[in-house]
This record gives sequence, C-alpha cells and structure tokens, in this order.
Amino acid sequence: MNLLNAVVQGILLGGLYALVAAGLSLIFGVMRLVNIAHGDLIVLAGYVALVAVWATGLHPLLTLIVVVPIMAVLGYALQRGVLNRTLGADILPPLLVTFGLSVIIQNGLLQTFTADSQKLQAGAIETVSLALPGGLAVGVLPLAMFVVAVLIIAGLQLVFYRTELGRAFRATSDDPSTARLMGIDNAHMFALAMALALAVCAVAGVFLAIRSIFDPAIGPARLLFAFEAVIIGGLGSLWGTLAGGIILGVAQGIGAEINPGWQLLMGHLVFLAVLVLRPQGLFPKGSLA
Amino acid sequence: MIAALPTYRVERGTTASRIGTILGVVLLALLIALPFLTGRATLRLAIEIFAYLTLAQMWNLLAGYAGLVSVGQQAFVGFGGYMLFALVLFLGLNPLLALPVAGVLTAAVAVPTAFVVFRLRGAYFAIGTWVVAEVYRLSFAQVSALGGGSGMSLPAAAVRGIAADAQLRESIIYWVALAVALLALATVYLLLRSRWGLALTAIRDSEPAAESVGVDNDRTKLVVYLVVAAVTGVTGALIFLQKLRIAPDAAFSVNDWTAFVIFMTVIGGIGRIEGPIVGTLVFFVLRALFADYGAWYLMLLGLVAVAVMLVAPKGLWGYVADRFALQLFPVQRRVRLLEEPRA
Amino acid sequence: MLETTGLTAFYGDFQALFGIDVRMQQGETIAMIGANGAGKSTFLRAITGLLPTRREQVTFEGRPIGGLPADVIVKLGIAMVPEGRRLFPSLTVEENLLIGAYGRRTGPWSLDRIYQLFPVLEERRSSPGTALSGGQQQMVAIGRALMANPSLLLCDELSLGLAPIVIREIYRSLAQITAEGMTVLVVEQDINQALAVASRVYCLQEGRVTLEGRPTELTREQIGRAYFGA
Repeated sequence: MNLLNAVVQGILLGGLYALVAAGLSLIFGVMRLVNIAHGDLIVLAGYVALVAVWATGLHPLLTLIVVVPIMAVLGYALQRGVLNRTLGADILPPLLVTFGLSVIIQNGLLQTFTADSQKLQAGAIETVSLALPGGLAVGVLPLAMFVVAVLIIAGLQLVFYRTELGRAFRATSDDPSTARLMGIDNAHMFALAMALALAVCAVAGVFLAIRSIFDPAIGPARLLFAFEAVIIGGLGSLWGTLAGGIILGVAQGIGAEINPGWQLLMGHLVFLAVLVLRPQGLFPKGSLA
Repeated sequence: MIAALPTYRVERGTTASRIGTILGVVLLALLIALPFLTGRATLRLAIEIFAYLTLAQMWNLLAGYAGLVSVGQQAFVGFGGYMLFALVLFLGLNPLLALPVAGVLTAAVAVPTAFVVFRLRGAYFAIGTWVVAEVYRLSFAQVSALGGGSGMSLPAAAVRGIAADAQLRESIIYWVALAVALLALATVYLLLRSRWGLALTAIRDSEPAAESVGVDNDRTKLVVYLVVAAVTGVTGALIFLQKLRIAPDAAFSVNDWTAFVIFMTVIGGIGRIEGPIVGTLVFFVLRALFADYGAWYLMLLGLVAVAVMLVAPKGLWGYVADRFALQLFPVQRRVRLLEEPRA
Repeated sequence: MLETTGLTAFYGDFQALFGIDVRMQQGETIAMIGANGAGKSTFLRAITGLLPTRREQVTFEGRPIGGLPADVIVKLGIAMVPEGRRLFPSLTVEENLLIGAYGRRTGPWSLDRIYQLFPVLEERRSSPGTALSGGQQQMVAIGRALMANPSLLLCDELSLGLAPIVIREIYRSLAQITAEGMTVLVVEQDINQALAVASRVYCLQEGRVTLEGRPTELTREQIGRAYFGA
C-alpha cells in the first residue's frame, strides 16, 4: 500500500520534473544550447515568487501573473545579451558561460536571501486531499499541479507543431542560415525560445517552491533531474520527456520508500540504467506522435 | 620550370622557452627549499595551490585537448580521498603509501564510469559526468563504515605514521604535493609532445578528420580520461590527507573541485599548458584579496570567468601569448625556413 | 531595380569578388554563368546579406541594401532558391512552403497558386520535405521562395544533380513565373539552360565579370573565352 502511494506521489512529482525538463529540451532543440544554469533559474523563479508574496501578500499561485513575465523577459535579455554570443560549433563557450552563470545566480541568491531554506505557503489548500479507491489519498494541490504541467507540455507540443512560431523554431533549429533567407531573425528566435522556456520553468519553479523547501544551492539538483528526464524519455520528444519525468519521479518515490537516503540515488541509478541499456532513450523522436 | 624548394627544419623550442627553462630551474630550487624558509601557514597555502594546479592541469588536458568537457571531476577527487581513508582504516596502510594506491583505484573505477558517460556526447557528456559524481556522493553517504553522511577523521595514529612532528609532517605533504604537481605538468607536457599529443590536437580540431587519418578517437579519449582520473584521484587523496577529515559533501563538491578548477583554466587559457598555471595564480590572488566578501567574491569569480570567455576566449595567457608569440612549454611543432626560397 | 557597383566580397582574408557591376531591369531574366569557383554563389550570398558587403555597393529599388541582415533583405523583396535546395528536414512540404511567407509580404503568390504551379506538391503536402525526389524538392524550394512574394527571385544552380528531363520541367515552370512579370536572376553552370531563358547574360571568371550581353548577340567563342579564360 505504501509502495502504491509512493508510486502515485512519484507520478505527480514527475510531472513537475517533466515541466522543468521540457524547458531544457526546448532550448537544446532550438539552439543546441545546454544551459547549466537552468536549475538555478528555476530556483530564482521561486525566490521571485517569494518576494512577490512578501511585497503584496498575494497567494503564491497568483504570483505566477508576475513571475512568468519576469522570467520570460529575463530569458529574452539573457539570450540576446549574453548567450547568443556563445553559440557556434564549439560547445565549450555556452557550457562554461552558463556554468559561470549558475555560480553567479547561486551566490547572488545566497547573498540576498541567506542559506536558509524557504517555502511558499499555499494555505489551507495544501491539506485538502481526494480519497481514491484502495485507501489512497491524493493531495488536491499536487494533483492540480500535475494536470497543469501536462497541459503546459501539451500546449508546448501544439506551439511547436501547429503554429507559425513553432515552424520558425524548427526551421531555425534545422538550418539557421537558410532560415535567415526566409526572413527569420535567428538572434530574435533564440531569445524567444529562451523566453518561452523560462516562462514554462517559472511555473515549474513556483510549483516546486510550494511543494517543498528550497535554498540557493538546490538549482543543480533541479538541472540534473531535468536532464535525466530528457535522456530517459529520448531526445526530441516532449511526450517522451513527460514519460521520463514520471519514471524519474516514481523511481525516487520508490527509493525513498526503501530508505530516505535512497531517494535521489534511485533516480540517478534508473537514469544510468537507461543510458547503458537504451542510450537513445525509451521514447525517442518519432516513436510518439 | 620548378621553383626552388625551401630548406627547413622542424623545431619546437623558442627563445622564450629557453629563458623559461633557466628561470624554471631557479624557481624549482626555491620551491623545494620552501619548508625551510617559511612557516606552516604558508606551506598549507602552497599545498592547496599545488593541488589546484594539478586539478586544473588535468581538467585542461581533458577538456582543452581531448574535448571531454567534464563537470564531474569531483567524482575522482572525492573517490581518491575516500580511498585514502579506506586504505588507512581497513588495511592499515601508511597514508603516504596509500596515495598512489588511491590513484590506481580511482583509475580502476574510472573504467566503468567511462563505459557509462562515453555514451553521451558534448554538452550531454558534461552533465552526465555530474550525475555520476552525485551517485558517488550519495553512495559514500550510505557507507557507515566510512562515517556515512557526516564523514570521519583520519585516525591520529595513522597521521603520526607520516611523521611525529607536525612541522615535518606538513613539509612532507608539501613535497609530495609539489612532486605531484610537477608530475602532472610533466605528464601533460610529454603526452602532448608524443604522438598521442598530435592525435589529441587532431581530435580537438576535427573529430571526423582525425578519424579519417587513422586516429582512434575513442581509444585516445579513454586513455586520457583514465590518466586524468588517476592523477585527480591522487590529488584528492592528498587534499584530504592535509585536511585530515572527509565527508561526502566536501569530498564531492562541484564548486570546490570542478567549478573553481574550470574557472582557473578558462581565466588562464584553455588548451594551453601555461593557462592553468596563470589561472591558478590569478585565482589565489583574487581569493587573497576578496575572500572576506564571501558570496560576493564567488559571484565576482563567476563574472570574471564569463567575461573572459566572452571577451578573450583564449584566456589571459592566450591573449598575451598571441600578442608576443610566447610559449613556455613548447608543444607545437614549428616549421622554420632555413633558407628563403628564391622567387 | 537591382544594381551592384564595384561589389567586393571576402571570405576572411580571401577576396572572392573584385568589383562586380551588374544592373537588372524590372521583369528581366538574367543569367549568370561561370565555372566552379568563379564567384557566382558568392555574388548571391553578398546580395542576400549572407556575406557582409559595403552598404552602397548594392542598391535595390533605389535603396542601398549592401550588408543588411539577410532576414531584412528578404522582407524588402529579394528571395532566394539556395543551391542544394536546403529544405528544412523537420518541416513537411506544406510547412516548408508556409515558412517562405514568414516575412508577410503581400502579392500574387499563395499556397493555392504554388499548388497550381506544382500539383504534385499538393499530393505530397504532409510528407517531410526531404522525403521527396530531387526534382520535387527543387519545386518546394522554388515555391518556398515565391511564397515570400519577392520582386526579385534569385535561383542558385537549379539544375544541380537533376536528370535532364527534370531540369526541363523545372525550367518550364520558371518560364511560367517570368511570364507573370517576375524579375529573375539565374545562376547556372549549365550554360545552355541558362542562355535559353535569359534575356541578358553575365559571365564571371575568378571574381570578375568577363562578358556581358544578349545571348542572341554572343558567339560561342566569346562565351567560351569568358567562361574558361584565354
């Protein structure tokens, strides 16, 4: 029974991992950029929400109205002002610059907010739960967050495959130089992709900050989960990434059930197992519509 | 009518490198004599500098030459450190003897590690190595015989086994650190001068092209990866021998053992032997000046690294060397005309 | 409508074009011929903004455009069918066509008109662009450029790698396009094909114009000399 509960909780948490991973995957897909500061930007979104709550007394979920646009604008500016300059055939510059960015964000947060753990308090809704058959109880808030995460991933899929913006993203990803001949401004397109990715991640950042405590140093863990979800799911497929996130969440849930020290380890081990046994991921591009 | 062929000679030495050799010998003598000239505080700092110098040299070899951009080298630092403690604790080995053994064991564990992470390419390889380092950290936190999550101290008896007198002990560790740093430098230098060095340069410049002229990319990369793991492991053991305490979070710290090391290499100049040396010195000067500012200092360090990467991607040494054609460690082969071809 | 004056272009330190003067009138079809490496593709890259040039060296509809970003130049009305087609592999045929209209210029060309011109593309509209035959891919590339509703269409090596029968078909479509008043610049190694459609021809050799004139007034010898050098 406990195990079943762990699986359900893992699925719900995995949805949020998938949301973080979708952002990472989007950025890599469009401009072949692996952003090492991805996790730290998500933590930053949590802190922006925290400040918004302090300043206005808004409910943490309502802070999304400000956090999402702030992160989107930040993403656009970051890409346009810094990261675009690192793109090219050499993978070192983007990797090292985003690594530096990660250290800058972590220590900036540490300096501003101290190393103390924080949590966004969502109030009474945090304790409401739904009774499921079989004696399971599922928190309404985690369930709602999971549903929103899946909807956002579906929305991203739609944007990518059904809109002009998505078409331009894919064209730029395929062949940036020919895309320019179509009238597509690559620098703008990359910045839009980063803005969209960080908008998505802002939602994930606020959700995660409501679900569990966070501190300035937790970003890299978020990055690793996102990365693992992408690889487990298979590159280039958003639904695969969702599946990857859920598998990771379930693995962590089961690990925690065995021994609290095994929670993170189990997630990593599942990732390594997939890497060794099926390096192309479980659901590579094309296997899912 | 065929134009006269120029006569030429292939050489690697430069005037700067010959002056460098003389200065190097003087410097080396000074460094060996350092324990007789200064107190323990300076020695401790020097040990730390040599440890970082070694780590930076190794990361430079890995990323700057073999194109394996790892952000998970803390895995080998921590593993080497833990192996030292395990060897001393379980086998009663003298810590000094345990150092090289820790290196060998680290190379051994790097084999299965490579098997996993080599499935990833480029930037994905980078994050993959980080995941593996996390697995090491979380695993060692589960080993209660090695202190679990809270870590352990090196038994006092084993510490006295190095030397009874604290000053002498520090001096011995210092000489070992100096020797390891020189060994690392020599390893990189000789490796780059050998045919492996040419293969590495070819791989760095273009993998498919290197493959097409018969360089076995994966094998070359694996050899470099294992050599780097071994030296990194020894350095890790040395670091924690000096600290006399080890715990998972400190042993597998991405900031201490990878971020700083990367910043040093990038600031000094990646892909050049001189780069890590310059970078390490800059790092310690910055630290001496600004370390009191805590997180601000680390932000500054990050900013400097980002700025260097954007403005002068070849680093400080690369910037200077390109301007004045300097090379302290001549690893490039130069073709010099002995006689101008007649027009 | 398009005029280059003393156009130069460099790849790093290597100079590829040495002062090209070309002048095109509205509705003309110009052919630019020359051997491999003569500078034809470089000329197109310079006009479309893929290679930097001096602002005043290229004027289009009376406006200096040299060195403007490629995405801006398309929106001014110069579209290109690039060498080797360069379709986007992750886009379907229809998406490849639609992306051509990204600049939102208005004009006679629409998806329906392209499908009228190349009916086979409508049948294959949902296939990945790269799954098509070479000739069909070339049709997509032409259609994609037309979707931009350009006033000047640049075609780089339309016949490259295609069977003679397919080449004839492609050039028949091109004649239809020019009949509607489109100004076209065709760059070709295939001299016969180029001379058949062109009202005027420029020959390039080692980055310089070596010959200019009407195909009917030029002799074989003149062209041969201009093409291969003395």
